[in-house]
Amino acid sequence: MHRMISKYVNRPLFSRSFIQRYYLSNVAQVDDALFHPTEEEKQLRQTIFKFAQEELAPYAAEIDAKDEFTELRSFWRKLGDMGLHGITVPESEGGAGGSYMDHCITIEELARASPSVGMSYAVHSNMCINQLVRNGNAEQKAKYLPKLISGEYIGALAMSEPNAGSDVMSLRLRAEKQGNHYVLNGTKFWITNGPVADIIIVYAKTDPAAHQHGISAFIVETKTPGFSIAQKLDKLGLRGSETGELVFEDCKIPEENILGRVNKGVQVLMSGLDLERGTLAGGAIGIMQSVVDVVYPYVHTREQFDQKIGQFQMIQSKLADMYNTLNLCRSYLYNVVRAFDRGVIRSADCAAAGILVGENATQMALDGIQCLGGNGYINDYPTGRMLRDAKIFEIAGGTQEIRKLIVGRSINAHYMGK
Amino acid sequence: MALRVLVGCKRVIDYAVKVRVKPDKTGVVTDGVKHSMNPFDEIAIEEAVRLKEKKVASEVVAISCGPKQCQETLRTALAMGADRAIHVEVPEPESHTLEPLGVAKIFSKLAKDEDVGLIIVGKQAIDDDCNQTGQLTAALLDWPQATFASEITVDGDSMKVIREVDGGLETIKVNMPAVVSADLRLNEPRYATLPNIMKAKKKKIDVKTPADLGVDISPRTETLSVEDPPVRQAGSKVEDVSELVEKLKSHGFV
Repeated sequence: MHRMISKYVNRPLFSRSFIQRYYLSNVAQVDDALFHPTEEEKQLRQTIFKFAQEELAPYAAEIDAKDEFTELRSFWRKLGDMGLHGITVPESEGGAGGSYMDHCITIEELARASPSVGMSYAVHSNMCINQLVRNGNAEQKAKYLPKLISGEYIGALAMSEPNAGSDVMSLRLRAEKQGNHYVLNGTKFWITNGPVADIIIVYAKTDPAAHQHGISAFIVETKTPGFSIAQKLDKLGLRGSETGELVFEDCKIPEENILGRVNKGVQVLMSGLDLERGTLAGGAIGIMQSVVDVVYPYVHTREQFDQKIGQFQMIQSKLADMYNTLNLCRSYLYNVVRAFDRGVIRSADCAAAGILVGENATQMALDGIQCLGGNGYINDYPTGRMLRDAKIFEIAGGTQEIRKLIVGRSINAHYMGK
Repeated sequence: MALRVLVGCKRVIDYAVKVRVKPDKTGVVTDGVKHSMNPFDEIAIEEAVRLKEKKVASEVVAISCGPKQCQETLRTALAMGADRAIHVEVPEPESHTLEPLGVAKIFSKLAKDEDVGLIIVGKQAIDDDCNQTGQLTAALLDWPQATFASEITVDGDSMKVIREVDGGLETIKVNMPAVVSADLRLNEPRYATLPNIMKAKKKKIDVKTPADLGVDISPRTETLSVEDPPVRQAGSKVEDVSELVEKLKSHGFV
């Protein structure tokens, strides 16, 4: 026996994919046929699922525990090689020429494997790259897109400040014109990818007296003198997705780096927000899917009173609720995102879908913990992490309260003629 | 260089699915069950695409026999880098009784029609585990075969193939045209990239029937009953070696 094995000594006994596949054998299946995907969407989900489960999921717990993804840069390159950073970038500009739906599926499947890395990816590819594509001029795109799309650069977007969260228009970061430069002074807070980014789209006040009509967007290279990271924030969840406080001290940005037009930043910001809310909500679906990926097999393995606990009515009721919730959330969100691809962007529905998936992602993670009982409460099982990760979807990209306000106002407007 | 490579891509129940036997014991449940490409065939496609990238092969043709959904499997092959595909349509329920011999006849006919210089198939499919199609195809064509390949090097009109055999590794030389069956360690298949998934949409899938090819695919075997493997009985612990020996003796093992 020994002799035989020694002949294989320099060859792995099992290949990477076969080992991972063994672990994969229990996850719940997404019944794609229900959501009438295109042939390419099916292929895409299959590919990303396999890639994410093999290359990312095995490290999710460690990324959370360490609050760091040490392989971030090389993983970014892999995503780039697969054409995933530039999904929504037209082929003529070096992207994959895909749809928002493609993007949503990708975010979902990555978040299913690791919500924190999924979030970093979504911010990079949607909030940074897609904003550049939608608002940048030819020179800006030529200069920044290739490296962002290949994954050599990591991108971010900076909107919030310590005192400008939901009330984002009250942001104070000052951009003062001096010759052919703008000088930025102030801080940004809760910036995803901030501590690791090479390129950040930054909103600043170019005309403070004009309030929201005095906001402009800038493309900032983080190597610019005067830019620094004050701190990496210690978060409840999405650990390993670096979030930080950015400081601008006399940070000189050339005027050709204004994204869109001067004092018209609010348009860049608001139009991007709707697409962000819709597409990024795929991450919440990914978390919900990962909860059932754990719960379904668990309740069919765990026995109490000589019976699989999944056969008890109270657990069946939970399973049915989870199944229902996930399909409901997926259906609404996919409809909203598919509408993007037909050019229909409804602020109220982006917000409403966000409310629905945010609320349910948290609840589903809680139910997941309950189904696992004592095991759900210890960190050897991933459900606790899923809960911590899910909570962000009720806060980021507009809190639940702000989203409800948007939906409420849109209904008001219909009846009150505004 | 005009080496055309034909690669068999079987659509099978996905490796991650827990297979269930039909209540009437005629087979396994396939309705509403996720299917994907046989993992060994993914390895075969990967190897063919690598040969093309090394400019050893000129064209990679993926082929699948079975119901309409096989075209999804072929799209995967096209997204991985195959140039075009042929779907030999065998509708259900006929597809359930399609056997390696039928498939081998189809492959060998297509190999002649398409002027193929190399056929690569997975060493076996993970559904029926037959491990016959490659060998039968080689026999029907009267071509050399190199089964369980873990390394292939094409050198002019011949190939050096390293095979995994019970005792270790065996290196053989085969003349082309030839049939190769891919073992697990031949390569690690790539992930299709998004641009290639998009491009695959524009690649051509020819649809033929076994009748078009003049091939008789009627089954040579009859399935009497399909059953779950017996559940393993729980063992028991023994206190010490003497008890163990006693038990073995009483069961007649020693």
